[in-house]
Amino acid sequence: MTYLIAFAIFFLLAVIVVQIGKLSELAARIRGEEVVARNSNNKNAVGSVIFVVVFLVGCIASAWYYKNQMLGYGPLTSASAHGFEIDYLFNITLLCTGIVFVITHILLFWYPYKYKEETGRKAIFFHHSTKLEMIWTAVPAIVMTYLVANGLVVWNSIFPTLTEKDKYIEIEATGYQFAWDIRYGGQDGKLGNKDFRLIDLATNSLGIDWKDEASVDDIVIGGTDKIMLPKDSTIKVRITAKDVLHNFYLPHFRVKMDAVPGLPTSFIFTPVKTTQEFREQLRQYPEWRVPADPNEPEGKQKWEVFEYELACAELCGKGHYSMRRVVEVVSREEFDTWLAGQNPFYATNIRNTDKDPYKGKKLFDYEIKTRSRELKSDIEKYTKDTTGQVSNNISLKHVFFETGSDKLSTLSKFELENLVGILKANPKLRIELGGHTDNTGDAAANLDLSARRASSVKSFLASIGAEGSRISSKGYGQSAPIDSNDKEEGREKNRRTELKIISK
Amino acid sequence: MSNVSIQETDVLIKEQGFDDHFHEHHHGDKYQTSFIFHYVFSMDHKIIARQFLITGMIWAIIGAAMSVVFRLQLGFPEESLTWIKPFLGKWIVVDATTGIGKLAPEFYYALVTMHGTILVFFVLTAGLSGTFSNLLIPFQLGARDMASPFLNMLSYWFFFLAGIIMFYSLFLSTGPFSGGWVAYPPLSALPQASSGSGTGMTLWLVSLTFFVVSVLLGGINYVTTVLNLRTKGMTMWRMPLTIWAFFTTAILGILSFPVLASGFFMLIFDRSLGTSFFLSDIFIAGQALDRVGGSPILYQHLFWFLGHPEVYIIILPAMGLVSEVLAVHSRKPIFGYRAMVYSILAIGFLSFIVWAHHMFMSGVNPFISNFFVVFTLIIAVPSAVKVFNWITTLYGGSIRLNTPMLFSIGFVSMFISGGLTGIFLGNSAIDIQQHDTYFVVAHFHIVMGVAAFFGMFAGIYHWFPRMYGRFMNETLGKVHFWGTIISAYAIFWPMHYMGMAGVPRRYYSFDTFEAFKHFTDMNKFITVFAIVSFMFQLVFVINFFHSIWYGRKMKVKNPWGATTLEWTAPIEPVHGNWPGNLPVVHRWAYDYNKDEREFVQQHIPLREGEVGDH
Repeated sequence: MTYLIAFAIFFLLAVIVVQIGKLSELAARIRGEEVVARNSNNKNAVGSVIFVVVFLVGCIASAWYYKNQMLGYGPLTSASAHGFEIDYLFNITLLCTGIVFVITHILLFWYPYKYKEETGRKAIFFHHSTKLEMIWTAVPAIVMTYLVANGLVVWNSIFPTLTEKDKYIEIEATGYQFAWDIRYGGQDGKLGNKDFRLIDLATNSLGIDWKDEASVDDIVIGGTDKIMLPKDSTIKVRITAKDVLHNFYLPHFRVKMDAVPGLPTSFIFTPVKTTQEFREQLRQYPEWRVPADPNEPEGKQKWEVFEYELACAELCGKGHYSMRRVVEVVSREEFDTWLAGQNPFYATNIRNTDKDPYKGKKLFDYEIKTRSRELKSDIEKYTKDTTGQVSNNISLKHVFFETGSDKLSTLSKFELENLVGILKANPKLRIELGGHTDNTGDAAANLDLSARRASSVKSFLASIGAEGSRISSKGYGQSAPIDSNDKEEGREKNRRTELKIISK
Repeated sequence: MSNVSIQETDVLIKEQGFDDHFHEHHHGDKYQTSFIFHYVFSMDHKIIARQFLITGMIWAIIGAAMSVVFRLQLGFPEESLTWIKPFLGKWIVVDATTGIGKLAPEFYYALVTMHGTILVFFVLTAGLSGTFSNLLIPFQLGARDMASPFLNMLSYWFFFLAGIIMFYSLFLSTGPFSGGWVAYPPLSALPQASSGSGTGMTLWLVSLTFFVVSVLLGGINYVTTVLNLRTKGMTMWRMPLTIWAFFTTAILGILSFPVLASGFFMLIFDRSLGTSFFLSDIFIAGQALDRVGGSPILYQHLFWFLGHPEVYIIILPAMGLVSEVLAVHSRKPIFGYRAMVYSILAIGFLSFIVWAHHMFMSGVNPFISNFFVVFTLIIAVPSAVKVFNWITTLYGGSIRLNTPMLFSIGFVSMFISGGLTGIFLGNSAIDIQQHDTYFVVAHFHIVMGVAAFFGMFAGIYHWFPRMYGRFMNETLGKVHFWGTIISAYAIFWPMHYMGMAGVPRRYYSFDTFEAFKHFTDMNKFITVFAIVSFMFQLVFVINFFHSIWYGRKMKVKNPWGATTLEWTAPIEPVHGNWPGNLPVVHRWAYDYNKDEREFVQQHIPLREGEVGDH
């Protein structure tokens, strides 16, 4: 029914339009077509003058009204170093084109009024003027040359070739349907290789190649975590995509570059205002000193909740409009502290799993350091204990043997050197080294192997400076498992070397 | 009005015209006898022009209606769109608790994509160039018809076929293609990437491939006709600017559309045959694709090698029409005729070496962009020359402000407004910020969307008598003009501000981002004017169809007092355009008010001492 009414109204309007048309023609026939045409000419000539006045005033007034909403003006001046250059170019172009716009529009709509058809006046026969045409070829050419020259200088300065000497921070942004993952180079500042074939959504959604040692300390910031950037440091963003085209767009920093699968791109920029400084800048303007949420007049104000944002600016599918990430710029010191506090992706998700190519083959510096602190504190806990509730059994986690043999793996030396240091620092300490195996194979052979392994550890300790008299060794074989022997993980835990503190 | 009466023109052509041994067979022409061959499978350029025009109008209404629907979503995201559900079905997603119906994001993107494809290709390429090249090339050159009427007919029917396929794709259960009218891979190449990239994209590619065939058949015909079928005395330098524009347009089309077709073929191979021209290092839908070595940027080069000339394919015919209308209704010669011709040729040439300015931010080597910046901004020079020449054409004229004239002035205004913002975007450094924002949307809609439409409207109102022997209603025409220019500026001018605030284009919703959500009121304003503008176009449609049958009759051959040859042919169109001899041309097309005569038509012989060329 609603449709029927809508259709009827539409039909009625169409009839009215037709009737207006008919009436106007009828009126023209009665009053004389010439007269009507002349009247209409005059009306439209006046109309064109009114139009151009309203239009030009409207253009200027609306621009004034929105001046504090547009990037580059008032509260929204650039947050990056190169952004000021871009804004400057925009403004000189605006000036040049603005002048042309106003002059041509005034002439375009005023001439029809001035030269409207009138009885007794003939149009002039003016079809060519070399002088005039030279002028209006030359003037645009000169203005264009000026704009192009300025533009290219800025453009080429925005895309410099960075060398090792330029101290820059390289981060990587990977776009996918419909989010961004950001990767930092970690402590070495280098981003490890990646390969899309290694992508595994559960454990390695970026396809980072762990065989590249530069990748093991890389930090991945996914989900909705803030992207942290330091102020006044050159940042090179390596921009990549996993599936379709995306575009890494930071409006406040005048940064924009497509993310192309198979073809990494980059953008170099320097943030010059921290988020807090930008908020202070906004605070100067009344339109930002209003409640952020109109329903909570006493809540935070607009300037207080401002955040830099990362958006996608290349159509990538139905969720294109939703790829938001918050960017926070802080001082360099704050940034460094933040970065040091982040866990590398490899350490928390990959290390010692089946995906780890270094499992049992390599210990990383950070692991040696962490383990060193851990062993010291484990021993200290017992030596300083007065309650008697702390176990004197401490597992030597970084002592490894070659399979089926009592030969120590070279990786073991870090833990054992550390242990020697502790023994020297605590001269009263006496320890027993205990060897343990899992239950595979013959129990007697296991007992023998565990005894030989414990003794092998003892002799290594002695060879690097420990007093042999304070150390005893013993094999326990498979008699004291700490986990079930039914599964490989349990068996792995059971194959261990333990340190028992006999006296402190 | 006319200095030479109708009879005199007829006598002149009969006695001094060119005898090309044309045999009139009013009744014996096998192609004109039945209704089917006269009106449907016609080979007559006048009928084909009308077919292109009306098909283009139907597509324009569909494309504009789509924009109204997605503008409703953008302007009034809180309001319910449930009332469109009977038309759009499952694409309106109704929230179970609130009962508010919203456009599904997939379908929003499909609408945006179809709006662009339809308007750029079907309306402003086929509907504009197809209509007026067909109508005016033979008429204004004094030719009987196109060089190959048969290819001309095929050109229309390939366009028709392309349209049918595209129309069918609107009704697919997965929706029509939704990856943007530029169809960048990998989004367009991988059905896993988007629901519209499945069958919708296949049909999109097939449709546009047929469309390329249509453009090529038409273009070859236009070029051949202009080069070979000009009547006696019609030298190249005596051709009206309309013909120069259509001629250059046709050459651009012939040189650039095959490149697009090659890109389409590679895309079809990537989609169907497992090649990887445009694909590399892709992990999608939980799987790494075993396709490496291609480059998505290669497609962008191929696409924009057409895409940029394409915007001139759209705007040059409009420029030609406007140049002619401005001269006729100012009663003055077009100012700087030769400079205008050289400008058209320069723009045509330059349009081939600027394509990568669409790709400054695509990941091409920044060094290469230097060249494209320089060439792009050089185009501003011939464009500026044209604008200054149009304005000077008005200077000192005796201007009739009828509907075609108003639309021509509106065209120049739009071309200035939109052209000037091109100077910002063509400068790569500024483009970093403005690329793919609403600033770009405002720029190209004004300069090649609205401007081209204004050129087209100017042409329709001006040549409607030549097409149908009747006039369109002037009052409704002026209502149409003022309504359209005001609402067009109201829609697109504010978009500059959104762009300068950094709001990206192709966003289904602006609420996700704090930085982009400030423009709720502006978006409402734009949407309201989009609807208003649509209503004013319906006034035009009603006026158009009503006038075909009931418009004021054209009683004299040359109602505007124009100089070109189409106004010497009989009011009632005949096969072969002129009965008997063809008119012979003695002068250029712009002899207005040069002596005591108000205008002198091209076929009037020179007086003693008179100069025919300028």
